[in-house]
Amino acid sequence: MYRSHVLICGGTGCTSSGSERIIEAMEKELAANGLENEVKVVKTGCFGFCTLGPIMVVYPEGAFYSMVKVEDVPEIVSEHLLKGRIVTRLLYKETVDEEGKITSLDETDFYKKQKRVALRNCGVINPEDIKEYIAYDGYQALGKVLTEMTPEDVIQTIKDSGLRGRGGGGFPTGMKWQFAAAQPKGQKYVCCNADEGDPGAFMDRSVLEGDPHAVLEAMAIAGYAIGADRGYIYIRAEYPIAVKRLQVAIDQAKEYGLLGDDILGTGFNFSIELRLGAGAFVCGEETALMTSIEGHRGEPRPRPPFPAVKGLFGKPTILNNVETYANIPQIINKGADWFRSFGTEKSKGTKVFALGGKIHNTGLVEVPMGTTLREIIEEIGGGIPGGKKFKAAQTGGPSGGCIPAEHLDIPIDYDNLTAIGSMMGSGGMIVMDEDTCMVDIAKFFLEFTVDESCGKCTPCRVGTKRMYEMLEKITEGQATMEDLDKLEHLCHYIKENSLCGLGQTAPNPVLSTLHFFRGEYEAHIRDKRCPAGVCKNLLTYVIDQKKCKGCTLCARACPVNAITGKVKEPHSIDPAKCLKCGACIEKCRFGAIEKR
Amino acid sequence: MKSLAELAALRDQMQEKIGIRHEDTGNTRIVVGMATCGIAAGARPVLQAFTDEVAKRRLTNVTVAQTGCIGICQYEPVVEVMAPGKEKVTYIKMTPERAARVVNDHIVNGSPVVEYTIGGMK
Repeated sequence: MYRSHVLICGGTGCTSSGSERIIEAMEKELAANGLENEVKVVKTGCFGFCTLGPIMVVYPEGAFYSMVKVEDVPEIVSEHLLKGRIVTRLLYKETVDEEGKITSLDETDFYKKQKRVALRNCGVINPEDIKEYIAYDGYQALGKVLTEMTPEDVIQTIKDSGLRGRGGGGFPTGMKWQFAAAQPKGQKYVCCNADEGDPGAFMDRSVLEGDPHAVLEAMAIAGYAIGADRGYIYIRAEYPIAVKRLQVAIDQAKEYGLLGDDILGTGFNFSIELRLGAGAFVCGEETALMTSIEGHRGEPRPRPPFPAVKGLFGKPTILNNVETYANIPQIINKGADWFRSFGTEKSKGTKVFALGGKIHNTGLVEVPMGTTLREIIEEIGGGIPGGKKFKAAQTGGPSGGCIPAEHLDIPIDYDNLTAIGSMMGSGGMIVMDEDTCMVDIAKFFLEFTVDESCGKCTPCRVGTKRMYEMLEKITEGQATMEDLDKLEHLCHYIKENSLCGLGQTAPNPVLSTLHFFRGEYEAHIRDKRCPAGVCKNLLTYVIDQKKCKGCTLCARACPVNAITGKVKEPHSIDPAKCLKCGACIEKCRFGAIEKR
Repeated sequence: MKSLAELAALRDQMQEKIGIRHEDTGNTRIVVGMATCGIAAGARPVLQAFTDEVAKRRLTNVTVAQTGCIGICQYEPVVEVMAPGKEKVTYIKMTPERAARVVNDHIVNGSPVVEYTIGGMK
């Protein structure tokens, strides 16, 4: 028996801040103290609280150590694990009371409002040990489905649960399964879309890294429901940890007879293979994804026929997102009504968001549908650093839009987000403060779509490029008001005429910023001014002659000697030479330099 | 694995091993004094003995933990047993052999080993 378990996060976030080295150091230090048979080190998936990484949790006390360094490990071992004295200075401040006692992590602002369904095992189990997944009721749902339910029962349960596609589209999952099940018997396929490509979104990666078996189990359940015996997981090669853990999970599931032939002695066969994507954004689109699995260049094709009728290799196929699958085993185990108890009328369950940008608590949060943006940003996210004002939140990545402050209180679900011109998307949520230029943000996402457009259809290939050029013109102060009208017209044209989702949604970042922040576009065009002070071409750096003390710090910091002036006399900037790098502003101690 | 029964058996067996990661409020706690005085008096093997004994008997709902010096250094190694709803029992001058008996008599069968307690030994 191990009297203590040390859980160390092995997700991509914590790994990049050095958790691997901490695990090594911990194992070495435990051995040096003769504790290796008493204390177990467990590498887990993501805890979600990435901003505090590397994260370490020690049980039975439940001590939540944050930002752990290799140098802290000997102290944790000798003090906590040997002598039982918790290293208070490393505890996350919200998990320790005034007397130094540990309080529950679930009571912290970050976790209090969360409801972890898809992420339930992330940061709890060792994802590379199938036995730990089994301990948390793993593969019970598959067992139940195979022994107690007909395929029709399974589909009905998923339909009753109200689960909708978590990849962003929000199509009812049970309906999708029903269409595929209704096709004549024969070869069918179950696919998993793990080609997470939205900038800033990493929830699928975290599920795969933290709880890969949940996805495998769900795919097998889907296979049983539609009559398929093969599955493919299409995952991007840029996710090496997730790829490795998935492969380990597939191998272990086969070894335990939970994948393969005659699963649990029921005669049901199901096998899963991985297919690695090379990182093209368009391959997240379902038809392009399947084309890529077939070995062709990843390009979309027109629908219908829909994949449920004619999908992978021309056979009926269902394709669901990672997070969608992660919900399935629990819906089977706990029932459709349990799942329906979370969420809003038309959006049931929970949604994982990858919270990033100008926010204190960067990380993964899972909240019931219907939680407001304000709760996510101000309560869970801890607000915006530096006392800055909230300007907008971007959801849905390059396919979504911006939500301004006046909509902070709408309950987040599929329909509400669509109604205000954004979309759920896969769940990236980028918070922006007053220093963000909305035209620049729209340009950023357009640059991404121009890069990622596959080039098959003209509206997307040429249209997005033209849009990008217009945005560039605006940010450089060269545009006219007619350009703005042209831009808007082009947006609608691309939306209506593109072949696939990539092009159809590409104008969304522009349309939504135009809708909510039109004034900012106009300021760029009419006044040749960037209100947020971001677009370099529209800025001039000026020294306030009254505030300047003539300390010469700025002149010395300027890389191009654009600042002149005598010691103890006010300085000035030559706009012709100025690069607008901002180095002088950082150096000035008197706040005398302004961007205008 | 060829049946649901096998899966259920593996789950139950594994649940014992990871129970430590849940709230332990209903657990009986065995707390070993592991301050400098305790370690000097031989608390380390006592802690190990408790861990081994609990494992050997596959006891669930028991937490083995450490604590600092409680101020009676001359009686170390000191071990406290706290069962929910019962009064705390303090054992003194513990050894690995005594640890085995405490687990057997007290933890499993519910009768504290009076002669090892601070009241019984004086």
